[in-house]
Amino acid sequence: MSAARIARAAALGILCSVLAVCLFADRFTSYSYATQFRELPNAAPSSLHLLGTDGLGRDLFTRLLYGTRVSLLLAPAAAIIATFLAAVLGCIAGFSGGWLEKAILAAADVSMALPLLLLLLALRAVLPLSISPFVSIVATFVLLGFLGWPASLRVIWATARALRNSDFIVLARATGCSRFRLLSRHVFPNLRPVLLAQFWISIPLFVLTEATLSMLGLGVMEPMASWGNLLKGLEDFSAVRANPWSLSPLLLLVVVVISFQLVLPQREELA
Amino acid sequence: MFRASRLIALFCLALMAATTRAQSGGELHFCLHGEPKTFNPVLVEDEASENVRYLTGGVLIRLNRQTQALEPALATSWKISPDRKTITFQIRPGIYFSDGTPFTSDDVAYTMRLLLDPNTHSPTGDSFEVGAGKTEIKTPSPEVVAITFPGPIAGLERLFDQVAILSVHSPKKEMAVLGPFYVSEYKAGSYVLLRKNSNYWKHDAQGHALPYLDSIQLDIQRNRDIELVRFRRGELQLINRLDPELYERLKAEDPSLTRTAGTGLDAEEFWFNQSTSAPMPDYKRAWFRTTEFRKAVSLAINRADISRIVYRGFAKPAFGPVSPSNRFWFNAALEEPKYDPQGALRLFTKAGFRFQQETLKDAAGNRVEFTLVTNSGNTAREKMAAMIQQDLSQVGIKVNVVTFDFPSLIERMTRTFDYDACLLGLVNTDLDPNGQMNVWLSSGENHQWNPSQKSPATAWEAEIDQLMRGQATAATEKERKAKFDRVQQIVSEQQPFIYLINKDVLTAVSPAVAGAAPVVLNPPAFWNAETLRVQNSSQLGAQK
Repeated sequence: MSAARIARAAALGILCSVLAVCLFADRFTSYSYATQFRELPNAAPSSLHLLGTDGLGRDLFTRLLYGTRVSLLLAPAAAIIATFLAAVLGCIAGFSGGWLEKAILAAADVSMALPLLLLLLALRAVLPLSISPFVSIVATFVLLGFLGWPASLRVIWATARALRNSDFIVLARATGCSRFRLLSRHVFPNLRPVLLAQFWISIPLFVLTEATLSMLGLGVMEPMASWGNLLKGLEDFSAVRANPWSLSPLLLLVVVVISFQLVLPQREELA
Repeated sequence: MFRASRLIALFCLALMAATTRAQSGGELHFCLHGEPKTFNPVLVEDEASENVRYLTGGVLIRLNRQTQALEPALATSWKISPDRKTITFQIRPGIYFSDGTPFTSDDVAYTMRLLLDPNTHSPTGDSFEVGAGKTEIKTPSPEVVAITFPGPIAGLERLFDQVAILSVHSPKKEMAVLGPFYVSEYKAGSYVLLRKNSNYWKHDAQGHALPYLDSIQLDIQRNRDIELVRFRRGELQLINRLDPELYERLKAEDPSLTRTAGTGLDAEEFWFNQSTSAPMPDYKRAWFRTTEFRKAVSLAINRADISRIVYRGFAKPAFGPVSPSNRFWFNAALEEPKYDPQGALRLFTKAGFRFQQETLKDAAGNRVEFTLVTNSGNTAREKMAAMIQQDLSQVGIKVNVVTFDFPSLIERMTRTFDYDACLLGLVNTDLDPNGQMNVWLSSGENHQWNPSQKSPATAWEAEIDQLMRGQATAATEKERKAKFDRVQQIVSEQQPFIYLINKDVLTAVSPAVAGAAPVVLNPPAFWNAETLRVQNSSQLGAQK
C-alpha cells in the first residue's frame, strides 16, 4: 500500500469520524450550544467543559460539535448544487458551441465578477426578518451553491469540448445515437472524474467562505454555531494567547480541509 | 583675557541651553484614528478633525472637562439677555493669532457670520439654528461683540465651546489660530504635526507661558492593536480611548500605564419599533406599545452580566438617557435598573400575557417572538444581543438576532421601518439636554421608536414635548433642570428606550507624561494638553 493510499485512507477515516461525532452530537455532550454559563466566561478546559468556554461562557466542545455539523453538512450540499449547475451548463456549452456556448461562458464571467459579499448582503436584506437562524443558514449555503458554479464550469466546459470531437463521440453520432443517450452514456461517464474533483475541491472552499462570512457577521446567526462564528473569537490575539484552547475550531478546520484535499481523486485516477 | 571671556560666554550659552531644555515640555505623540477631513474649524464633523480643532482652536468660552463648568477663555466675561436671544462678550485684549495678526471683535463677527451662513454647511453652526430670522452681530468696539439670535437658545453659552475663532484679516485664514498649538505639517495618511503657538494668551499660576509642550505629533493610525504595540514600545505616550480588551491586556502587563476616568456619557440601548408605518402584525405593534411589556422586558435583562462579560466590568448599568457622569443634568432620584425575571413575569401577566410551558403568549394566543437587529461587525453588540436572547428566553420570549451592515440598518430604522427591535449605542458629546432635542421631540427624526410624528402618539410623549420645549426657553438653569429631570423620570417609567449600560472611559498614559488627568468628556486623555509635559525621548525608553 503506497503512502498516498495510506494518507487517503487516514483522511477518509478522519472525515467519517468527524461527521459521525457531529451527527450524533447529543450523545457526546449534555449541554446545549446556546446555554451560557455566565460565571465561567473564557474558562479553561476542565472535566465539565472539555475545551473550556467561549466569551459568553458557552461550552466550546458542544459548540464545536454543532458548528462542525452545520459546516460539514451544508458545505457538501452547496458543493452539489454548484457542481450540478456547472456540469449541466458546461456540457451544454461544450457540446452545443456557437452563440449558446458564448452566452453561457459570458454568464459565467459575469457571475465570477459579481462581489459575493454584496450579493449576500442583498440576500439578507431581502429575506424576511422573522426567519429562523436555520432557514437563514440554509439560504446562505444555497446562495453559495448558486454562485459557486462558474469556476467549475470552465473546467467542465473544456473537458466536454475536448470530448465533442473525440472519435467515440463521432462514431456514436454516426450510428444515430440520440442526444440524451450521447450525453448520459458517453459524455457523463467520461466527465465523472472531473465532476468528482470539482465537487471535492468546492467543499473546503464553501467551508472557508462561510467562515469568512461569519467572521464578518453575515453568516450563521446567533446562537447557532458554525466554524465561522467559532473562529470569530480568534480576532483578538491576546485572547488567543490567554485561552489557547480557543484555537480548537481552527485546528479542526485545518484537519478537515487537509483531509478533503487528501481524499480527492489523484491525477492518475482522473486520467 | 580673551580666552577667559570666551569660556564665560560658552558657560553662559550652556546654562541658557540647559534652562531652555528644563522649561521645554517636549514632544507628545499619540494617534488619531482617522484622517482629519478638514482643518477648517467651522466644517469639522469627524472625530480626527475635532481633536485637531480642540488643540488648535481658540474659543470664547471653554468647558472645563474636569469640573464640567464653563470658564472664560478669549472672552473675559459674557452676558445673556433675559429673553436668552442675545449674548454679549467682552473680549480679552492684547491677543494675537499664531501668525501675529491681532484678535478683535471683528474676528468673532466674521467667524459667526461664516458659521451661520447656510452656504457654509457648518455642522457647528447647526446648533445655533432656532428657526426663521436673521442673526444680528454687532461690534460696538474692538473688545465687545453682541450676537442676537432670532429666538431664545437654552444653554447658549455652552455652544461657544465648539466655536474656534477665525481671523478675518490673516492671509493664512483658518491656519491662523488662537489655540495652544497650530498645524505645522500634515502628511496625508501619516501624521499631523502641531507646534506650540508662541502667541497663546494663557499662562500658568506661576506666570509661565502655556503650553508647556513644544509640539504634538498626531500619527494617523486606525488599527488599535498597532497603536497599543507602539505605545508599549514608547513611540506613543497617550491612548485617548481604549477598548476593554486592550485596556485589560495592558493593565495585566503594567497597571501604572492604564487610567480609567470613570463611567462615560455613552450608552448602549435598545428599543421596540412603535412606528405606525412599520410593516408588522397589529398584535406585535400592540405588545411594543404596551408600557408593561417594555418594562417587563427591561426587568428581565441582566445588565450586571452584560457589564461583567461583554465589557469585562468596565461599564455600569444605565439608569436612563443621562449618565451619572453628567453631574448637573443627571436625575439622581431615578431608580437603579433591576434584574428581576419573576417581577417581569408578574408584569407580563398584568398586561394580559400568559407564561405556559416555558413560552410567553399574548391574550390571543400569539407566541411572543421578535427580531432584534444590530449592526454587523460590532462584537460587543453581538455579544449583548446573544445575552439578551438568553435572558428573555427565561421569561418565554423568543428573540431572533439579525445583524446588518450599517447602511441597511439605517435604511430600516429611518425609511422602511421594517424591524421589531434595534440595539444600538447613543454617543453623547453634549452635556446639555438641548443636544438631545431631536431624540425626545415626537416630531424629531431621531425619535427612533416612533419618529417624525405629526402629533404626539401618547400622552407621555406630549408631556415630554412640552417639557423639552419648556426647558429650552426656561429663564434659569434650575428651572431647566427640573423640567429635564421630569423627562428622565417619564423615560424611566415608560421605557421607550431600554438602556443597558454606560461604558467606562479607558485611557493609557505613559509615565513620561506629567500632568495627565483623564476625564469622561472628550477628549479624555489630552483635554488639558496645554499643561502636559513629556520627558526627553532619551529618558523615555520603551514602556515595557
